[in-house]
Parts: sequence; structure tokens; C-alpha cells
Amino acid sequence: MSEEIKAHITGVVFQVPTKAGDRVAAGDPVIVLESMKMEIPVEAPRAGTVKEIRVQEGQTVQDGDTVAVLD
Amino acid sequence: MFRAVLVANRGEIARRVLRACRRLSLGTVAVYSEADRDAPHVREADQAVLLGPAPARESYLDIERVIDAARRTGADAVHPGYGFLSESWRFAEACRQAGLAFVGPDPEAIRVMGDKTEARRVMAAAGVPVVPGSAGPIADVAAAEALAPEIGFPLVLKAAGGGGGIGMARVDRVQDLAAAFAGATRRAQAAFGNPALYVERYLDRPRHVEVQVFGDTRGGLVHLYERECSIQRRHQKLVEESPAPGLEPAVKEGLVEAALAGARAIGYVNAGTLEFLVDGRGRFYFLEMNTRIQVEHPVTEEVTGLDLVVEQLRVAAGEPLSWRQGDIVLRGAAVECRVYAEDPAKKFLPSPGTIAALHVPAGEGIRVESGVEVGSSVSVHYDPLLFKLVSRGAGRDEALARMAAALAATSVEGVRTTLPFLARVVAHPDFQRGAAHTQMVESGTFGD
Repeated sequence: MSEEIKAHITGVVFQVPTKAGDRVAAGDPVIVLESMKMEIPVEAPRAGTVKEIRVQEGQTVQDGDTVAVLD
Repeated sequence: MFRAVLVANRGEIARRVLRACRRLSLGTVAVYSEADRDAPHVREADQAVLLGPAPARESYLDIERVIDAARRTGADAVHPGYGFLSESWRFAEACRQAGLAFVGPDPEAIRVMGDKTEARRVMAAAGVPVVPGSAGPIADVAAAEALAPEIGFPLVLKAAGGGGGIGMARVDRVQDLAAAFAGATRRAQAAFGNPALYVERYLDRPRHVEVQVFGDTRGGLVHLYERECSIQRRHQKLVEESPAPGLEPAVKEGLVEAALAGARAIGYVNAGTLEFLVDGRGRFYFLEMNTRIQVEHPVTEEVTGLDLVVEQLRVAAGEPLSWRQGDIVLRGAAVECRVYAEDPAKKFLPSPGTIAALHVPAGEGIRVESGVEVGSSVSVHYDPLLFKLVSRGAGRDEALARMAAALAATSVEGVRTTLPFLARVVAHPDFQRGAAHTQMVESGTFGD
């Protein structure tokens, strides 16, 4: 069952510490956004495998955009 | 005096500096990014230069472009404000080499105070108390473990190259040290490009008290008393006041003497602030020195009646300080509240957007320093400070009552702000009796 991971704020992608195929635990940062000088992790809602990363460093994302997919 | 001053900043501080320049009848140059084309500071300057795209790295943080803007407009001085390039010794040095007066201290003072380990060493050598901890960066987790018994738990790992609380980790038990060390190293590398960490004793519920100092190029040095800034989230301040309530006169005197000794040790010139943590027993420890004008400088201006930014310009032009220590008298009390585009209900997450409506208070003892107006876009690229409310009173009670009324009279639509949170702080009995400490916000004292 795959699940979309959505950004909870508007920001710029600061880091992508994971890649497709990585195992993540609930609460692990999948990507890190930068907004207003703050680094804000977008966390995995549950344990699983990263199926797809949909953003790149430097890209602007809006609140609610899908940034990655968890398998 | 200068022909024209380039203000290398944006938002409320750019407008504040422009006002000081006008007071001295100096020409002004604003710089801006593509995101700030319509910003108030751009309109208020005599000339304005587009630096580049919205990201700060390509505009406000680009040393070459800022220096080039000064050259092209004939500016002969640069005021960096706070944030951005204000604490970049490379920028101060680049200004000097370009023949521009940098409105701030020498590059060397910025460099030494910017390196937190070096700053600590220099201050300790000057007799300024520092928090017990490692003498410098620690090599590895084994070195941290060896030092831990002497420093005592809980302790805190901090990035040697950073500030603002980024990369910090509190460690309560020796068995947690290895994991915390690895995590803090990674975060320090990512945030500052420097993985070095140092270790310090963690202080329980300390107060943040800082001392404003001012030096000139002729060896003059004065202090402008203390500010209490304990209400913080993510180690960034939300509420500041002067004088510090409930602090013993002997402690205040000790703080001021330590600050002067520290500033003197580095031959400090222009406006600077030495920050201290004060524990429950009135013992104080040097935290860091900010080698620039601070966000909360209006609090000191309100209680002393002096204009710190005008004085920065005078001193940068080589003039002696206009004040002797005996002239600087603290009258009444002042409080500042920072209104940020952040959502206090969501752990102060950023809230970018467009200001749809804005009502700010006016009246006796109220001052507003704002970087926005109706229609302003609050971008993800910059610090979320919208404006500052400052109140003054004959005493603290009056200043707080005016602040409570000012907060109630202020409204912002289009973005979430810290306003409701600030109102809860000012009304809180612990804050009202002057019992604030730096861990209050994050421990949930004021609710969500």
C-alpha cells in the first residue's frame, strides 16, 4: 500500500537525505525544507520503504504538495 | 560624515537605518532582491539597486554584488543591519578594501567573536565568566566522554561554527553521548559547513540577560545597561525588556563590568552586545557576543532616550562617542514584542503569504518598527519578522499595560502571527512578576 508524503508548509527543498529504496522509520526525515531561515523536516508518517522522491534540492514546494511516496 | 550610506538589508531594520541616515541628512541607497521590488525600504531610499534573485545567497548575502552596488551609486559607507552579512568578517574586510566604511566593528573583532570557541577563550582570558565546558572543539566522542564527569550532566553539545541554537543537543546520560555527538556533528556540518562541536554544562532554567556596549575609534567605551530576553523559542527571542526585572543590583553591576572588560579586551568599536545566561543564584556566564546592532535595540533606546543607529553612523565616520558613561541614565521601563509570521499553534512553523490587512497601534509610549504594509508578500526566503511593538512606561507595570493594550489593538490578516502568543506571555503571572527563563516557551508555560 503506497502512501503520499505531503509538505506541511511552503518552503524550498534544502536537503534530500533519502532516496528511492531506503528503509525509513516513523518520524525519520524524508526531505528537509527550508522556510524563513528554518530547516523543517518532512517526516515519514510510518515505517516503510521510500518508493519515490518527487522533489529536488532548491525546488519550491507548496503546503500540501506531495514530496515523496512511501511504499 | 558620509555622502551616502548603502543599507545592506531589508525589512524593518533597513527602514530603521534609513531613518537614522535621514536624521543625519545623509544620502541613502537601498538594495533589494527580485522578491522585494515593492518593499517599503526600496521606496524610502534615494537610490535602490537590484541585487539578484530572491534566494538570499544570490542577493542579500552576495558580497560582490553588494560592494558593486555601493560603487555604482557612489555610497561611501555600508550599514549591514542584523542578520545577512552583518557578522561576516569577510564582508567587513571587503568593504574596507573597497574603500567603504563598514558601520560596525573591525573584521578581526567579528571574526574572533564569530568563532564561538575562540570567543569563549578570549572572554575567559579577560576575566569574563564562561559556562564550564571544553576549552575548544572536541576531537571525538571519546574526548567528550572524558570531559563529561568534570563538566557534569546534563550537558549540551554545540556547533563551534554556528549559532541560533542550530545543531545543539542536550545530553542527560553518558550512554546517550555517542548518538547525540553523531547527530550534532551531522547537523553542524549541514548548517555551517563545519562539523566541530564543543561541550558545555547545560544550565537549568537560566535567564538570558545581555549588556549593550558601545565603543569608538579613540578608545572610548560605554555600556547602555542590560536587557532581559528570556522569552525565546528555538533560542530566538520573542520578548525583550529593559531594565531586567528582579535582578539584584550587585548582579547587574557584575554583568556590566564583565561586558565592559570583554569589549575592552578586543578593542571593540561601534555597537555590540554581550549575552549572558544567569542562573537561579545570580551566577552569570558569557554566552556570545553579537558584533552588530540587535533586533531589540529599541528597548535600550526607549529607556535611555538615545539613538543607537545614529550613533553607529557617527562612530563609523570616526567621531568620538557623543555620550560619557555618566550621561547615560536609565529612565522608566520598556518592552518589545516581536511579531513573526509564524503559527504558534504549530510549534512556530513559518507562515508565508500576503498581508491582506494590517492594523498597528499608536499612542502614548508606543513605537512600531515595521517592515511590511498591506499587500506585502511574506516570502519563504527570509526571516519571518514582520514588525516589532515597543512600549515604554514610567515603570514596568505601565510599560506592560501599554504593551497589552497595543497587542490587543494590533491585527494582521493573510498570515498567521505570534500576536496571540505574545498576548498570553504579557498576561502570564510568571512573566508579570519577572520570573521568566529561557526554557519557558518550549516547556509549554504559555500553552500552544
